[in-house]
Amino acid sequence: MSSISKSAFWLGLRDGAPFALVVGPFAMLFGVVAADAGLNALEATAVSLAVIAGAAQFTAIGLLADHAPTFVALASALAVNLRMAMYSASLTPHLGAAPLWQRALAAYLTVDQSYALAMVTYPKHPDWGTPQKMGYFLGTVTAICPFWYLLTIVGALVGNRIPPEFALDFALPITFLAMVAPMLKTRAHLAAALVAILLSLLLAWMPYNLGLMVAAIAGMMAGARVEVMTGGAK
Amino acid sequence: MIDRIDLWTVVILLGIGSFFLRFVFLGVIGDRNLPEWVLRHLRYTAVAVLPALVAPLVLWPAANGGEVEPARLTAAIVTIAVGVLTKHTFAAIAAGALTLAAMLALLY
Repeated sequence: MSSISKSAFWLGLRDGAPFALVVGPFAMLFGVVAADAGLNALEATAVSLAVIAGAAQFTAIGLLADHAPTFVALASALAVNLRMAMYSASLTPHLGAAPLWQRALAAYLTVDQSYALAMVTYPKHPDWGTPQKMGYFLGTVTAICPFWYLLTIVGALVGNRIPPEFALDFALPITFLAMVAPMLKTRAHLAAALVAILLSLLLAWMPYNLGLMVAAIAGMMAGARVEVMTGGAK
Repeated sequence: MIDRIDLWTVVILLGIGSFFLRFVFLGVIGDRNLPEWVLRHLRYTAVAVLPALVAPLVLWPAANGGEVEPARLTAAIVTIAVGVLTKHTFAAIAAGALTLAAMLALLY
C-alpha cells in the first residue's frame, strides 16, 4: 500500500461519504426490483457484486423479467455500461502510471460518483501525483461501494414494501444532475452538456441504449470544438 | 420467473464485460501519453455522458408510464439551478429531493 497516499485516501473517503445517502436508496430500489423479478437476496447481491452499475443492472434484470433473449439482455446492459470505457479513458492520464493491480482494482470499482468526484477534485490539486490521485479515487469508492452491496441485500429482503410514493426511482437523476451542474464552468462544458442532452432525447428510440453513446460522443466533440474556438481549456 | 441458467449467464458475462469496459484504457494504455486532441475530448466525458444518461429519465420517467411528470421535472430543474448557482453538489441534491417531496405531496 506504500504507493497510495493515505491523506488523499481519507480526503476521498470524506468527499465520497455523503454519496452513500443517495447511492443507498438506489441500491435498495434495485434490490426491490430484483425481488419483484423473482431473484432471492443472494442472487440480487451477486448482480450488484459483479456489475456495480445501477443502470446496467436494472436494464439486465428488467429485460430478463420481460422474457427478452439472454443475448439481448446482456448486450443492452453492456451498452448502458459503455460509458465506463469513456471513464476509463478519461481516468488514464491521471491513474495510468499506477501499478497494474491498483489499476485493476480502480477499474472494477469505477462508478459514476467516484469518477465525477475525481474529475472535480483532480484539477483543484495540480501538485498531486499518481499516489495521491489513486488514494483519493480508492477513498471515494470505499465510501460508496459497500453501501451499494449492503443496501441491495436490504432492498431484496424488504421487497416491495417500499411505497412507490417515495419516488426512489428519481434518486439517480437528481444525483447525476447535482454532480454535473457544478462542472458547467465554461462555454465548452455547457455546449457538451446541451448537445448530449438534445441528442439523447432525439435518439431515445435507438435500440440497446445506443442513442446514449452517440449523444455522449457528439457532446464530447462539441465541447472539444468550442474549447478550440474559445481558446484553451478552463 | 427468470430461468436460472439465463440469469447466471447474464450475471457472469455482464460482470466480465463491465470489468473489461472499465479496464480497457486504464489497463492497456497505462502511462503512455495520449495525443492532445484525445485529451481535449476526454475533458468533456463527464459533462456529456451523465446528462445524456438522465435526460430521458427526467422527461419521460418510467414510474409515470413514460409520460412527462411535473413533480420530477420541477425537481430536476431546481437541482440543476441550485447546482449551477451554488457549485455545491449536496446543496443541489437536497434542494432537488425537497422539491420532489413537496411537489409529490402537493400534487397527489
